[in-house]
Amino acid sequence: MKPAPFDYVRPGSLGEALQALAGHPEAKVLAGGQSLVPLLSMRLAAPAVLVDINGLPDLDHVRADADGVRIGALARHAQVLRDPDVARVQPLVPLALADVAHATIRNRGTTVGSLVHADAAAEMPMVLRLLDGSVDVVGPQGRRTIAADDLYVGPLESSLHHDEIAVEAFFPALAGGSGVAFEEIARRHGDYAMCGVAAVVAVEDGRVVSARAGYLSVSDVPAVVDLTEALDGETTPAALARAADAALAVLEPETDIHATADYRAHLARVLTARVVTAAHQHARQHARQEQS
Amino acid sequence: MSAKLVGAKVQRVEDDRFVRGNGRYVDDVAPDALHAAVLRSPHAHARILSIDVDAVLDLDGVHAVWTHEDLEGAMAEPLPLLIPHPTLTHGRTQYALAKDEVNHVGEAIAFVVATDRYVAEDALARIVVDYELLPAVVGIEAARAADLLVHEDVPGNVAATTEQSNGDAPAAIAAAPHRLALDLQIERSACMPMEGRGVVARWDPDQGRLQVWSSTQTSTGVRAAVAAKLGLDLGQVDVITPDVGGGFGVKIVHPWPEELLVPLAAQRLGRAVKFTEDRREHFISSAHERAQVHHVEVGFDDDGRVLGLDVRFWHDHGAYTPYGLIVPIITSTQLLGPYKPGAYRVRFDSLYTNTVIVTPYRGAGRPQGCFVMERTMDAIAAELGMDRAEVRAANFIQPDEFPYDHGLIFQDGRELEYDSGDYPAMLEKIKELVDWDGFPAFREQQAALGKRVGLGLACYVEGTGVGPYEGAHVHIETSGKVKVATGLTTQGQGHQTAFAQIVADELGVRFEDVEITTGDTRRMPYAVGTFASRAAVMSGSAIHLAAKRTKEKALRIAADALEADVEDLEIVDGVVSVKGTESSIPLGTIAVLSNPLRYAFDEASKAATQFNVGDPDKPPVAEDDEPGLEGKDFYSPPRSTFASGMHAVIVETDVDTAEIRILKYAVVHDCGHLINPMIVEGQIHGGVAQGVGGALYERMAYDESGQLLNASFMDFLMPYVTEVPTSIEIDHLETPSPLNPLGIKGAGEAGVIPGSAAFAAAIEDAERAVSPTFGITAMPISPSELFALRAAHVPHAQEPK
Repeated sequence: MKPAPFDYVRPGSLGEALQALAGHPEAKVLAGGQSLVPLLSMRLAAPAVLVDINGLPDLDHVRADADGVRIGALARHAQVLRDPDVARVQPLVPLALADVAHATIRNRGTTVGSLVHADAAAEMPMVLRLLDGSVDVVGPQGRRTIAADDLYVGPLESSLHHDEIAVEAFFPALAGGSGVAFEEIARRHGDYAMCGVAAVVAVEDGRVVSARAGYLSVSDVPAVVDLTEALDGETTPAALARAADAALAVLEPETDIHATADYRAHLARVLTARVVTAAHQHARQHARQEQS
Repeated sequence: MSAKLVGAKVQRVEDDRFVRGNGRYVDDVAPDALHAAVLRSPHAHARILSIDVDAVLDLDGVHAVWTHEDLEGAMAEPLPLLIPHPTLTHGRTQYALAKDEVNHVGEAIAFVVATDRYVAEDALARIVVDYELLPAVVGIEAARAADLLVHEDVPGNVAATTEQSNGDAPAAIAAAPHRLALDLQIERSACMPMEGRGVVARWDPDQGRLQVWSSTQTSTGVRAAVAAKLGLDLGQVDVITPDVGGGFGVKIVHPWPEELLVPLAAQRLGRAVKFTEDRREHFISSAHERAQVHHVEVGFDDDGRVLGLDVRFWHDHGAYTPYGLIVPIITSTQLLGPYKPGAYRVRFDSLYTNTVIVTPYRGAGRPQGCFVMERTMDAIAAELGMDRAEVRAANFIQPDEFPYDHGLIFQDGRELEYDSGDYPAMLEKIKELVDWDGFPAFREQQAALGKRVGLGLACYVEGTGVGPYEGAHVHIETSGKVKVATGLTTQGQGHQTAFAQIVADELGVRFEDVEITTGDTRRMPYAVGTFASRAAVMSGSAIHLAAKRTKEKALRIAADALEADVEDLEIVDGVVSVKGTESSIPLGTIAVLSNPLRYAFDEASKAATQFNVGDPDKPPVAEDDEPGLEGKDFYSPPRSTFASGMHAVIVETDVDTAEIRILKYAVVHDCGHLINPMIVEGQIHGGVAQGVGGALYERMAYDESGQLLNASFMDFLMPYVTEVPTSIEIDHLETPSPLNPLGIKGAGEAGVIPGSAAFAAAIEDAERAVSPTFGITAMPISPSELFALRAAHVPHAQEPK
């Protein structure tokens, strides 16, 4: 389990990093390395060059303001998770981050790195899509913003170009009268979930006026389903069952060694009900707080 | 007198260095060594048509690349079949490097030595092997069908068919008022020590000696194998086992191909050579265990007494049988647990498959046997509407029936004769510990909250401390320090603590003054190894006997020096004194006196020089005496000693998600006299964790082509600390063994044995409350499988509330 030979560069500026990437069609960016390094060690990936961006200045920021949360490419999951402003502005981010692997992995792994790794079993890509967030990337043509909906194009495939570096992610703030919830079920604590669901629910006068749910591990790309119509304003058992039906019509759970497709679908159903209910509660609570 | 240490919760002396990262493992030895890597078969079954290594030769840093063609003499022959058995008529073992054919993914094909492991792996990538693919035999069903063969010359894929019986079980079943048949199965798991296999070798051309460090459970076994295969005298080979990061059985197998190839490379290249196994290699090229399919027929009376028990089972042995039939023999005999069926017959087929070899993993066939017997007991209880504990009690061997002879032959070739135990008392203890009688009320209370809970119980008996022998050497130095050597190895059990407790008590020296060396053939060349929960029983007893001999000599010399009778002497904190007087002499001084000297080298040694000591009319060393304050002894019991235990577990099975939560785990354990209760409890904790793994998480996921789909810690689910019970309630029972001087029995494997049986019972119990036909016949079980089982028994029960 030793990587095949590769060249290693550790640029001191973003410009140098972009140059290094541009110079090698088989170069890979190394940030936290929590997905890349195991792939290298198992020789499942053999890039000619590793461009280590850990020496780049000014990329480890975590900023939260009224608009939302901005996370720099070198900010570690743990740093985002413990930021009280992040939790205040967009509580879904820490709710999901707490289930990202284990503490030691969160200490090294970067949130932006996880986003562009584009794993449909990972928490943060789904959360980014659910919240309509975006990722800023810099390339030879300059900086551009990729909306989450345009970022995930296939299994483990993002729309980032090879010569671009993701520099910042943006998670919009929790809107007024809205609530969020997240729950996943994994074989073991910290494993990739067999199924996970997050929801954002908005209320007016206690009634659900908008509800969307994001799903982990039951589709090829991070999946988001609008449940507003199915719920028809309520979170009664019947409404929740309709919501789950609506979600399952879209999701494509598959069987693997840990769970059958049927079981994953069942979990999606159970978790949809739990998470929508919890997000609805949170929204009402949030609305009450805003009024007082 | 100092307080007795045997029986006390003495802090483990090992932990300081382990916890601080100061353990010294094989990979820490010889940092300057060349590194070896092994090309392993990517196919489960194939003929090797050709191997082209040319592309490797021009890679910088490669020192050697070998295939089977490069091996000579005994090295070119198959590896030894370690434990022959009369019924193992078709035993097969692999070659150190495959010759013509590979029989599982991971089998060694070529061996590369390079400056470092990176280059060695680069070299492997350049080797081109031309394979003719053969269809693979995967799983017991395919092996039994025998449409395809693993080994062309082994008909039916059957390595062995073995039968034992006591009484006429079929007749007893036919005549019984009640009869049941069950089909039960357990899947593959594996030991998975944190440290994989590892070996380092250094050849000293000046002395013509080979030094080998191996992460093994038997340094003497490795030594004998290396000497035999390399054509060396035993006296030319030292094998040293430093700290070992866990064994759990897999490291008792020897010699692994690398354990021979690395020494051979060291000898041929004249350089230190190292092999450090990585995790993927451990998954596909070490050993697995557990997979068996069983068919049980049982006849019983109205009280649940088993009148006849007839068990037939099929053992998945993997591609080869280097460790003989130990695992299925243990299942076939230890299945009986604490019970005495009226008549018993057991037959098993050991079957070849194109998968990793199967050799003992902690518990070694007992988890399967326990699962079979305990599922049978639960089925009898359900059939008769009886309390599950009462059915067990009705079948127990009674305390006044020991020694109890089952009329079968055990894994050591000796009678299966239980030495001691008290199963009724143990049952009372476990019922109390888990609140057996209060459980119905708890179930009702939980049901009112919408929760589903269940209680399971499993009992086992474990033959421990198997022979043939272990030895010990005790040496009191002139400093008064006590150096003890025993030949078996240690892999984290706390032997250095437990053995020092025995020595300190017997010799009357301070615990801190005792130093234990294990697994070093330079210090104790006669030994067997650490397996079968035998170290405390075997080496503990040998150390006790050797310390006793040393003490006798010390007292004899002291009696002379102090001009007193031996009976009037006592040893406290390393000082011999005449009881009730000021007259005393330290053991260090006795050590000086024990060795008559011509030359002094310090103040203390002057006392032993020729003008100072000795009766001038007698030889300085008496005729039947030896110089030095030393004692050596061996312990070799007639048969195994039988420990026992009972586990009870309460689980919640999530009504909505089918997740399985452990609410309570209780253990009653009897390993005779306890040397160190804290160490025993630690062994139980670790065993229970592995039991949880085997019951709820671990399996080897082979596909039909023989590829192992989950050969990593990402997908092979060993429980984390978050998955094992936060507390394990333990109670001890001590029925001393009459077979050894300390009255002890083994404790190493016990914790894992009843895991699958207890969890299956508890989950079934939880589900039967709502679904009376629900039954568990296969383990492990995952939430996904529980979900499927629920659906099979109660359609439409899965709608969320």
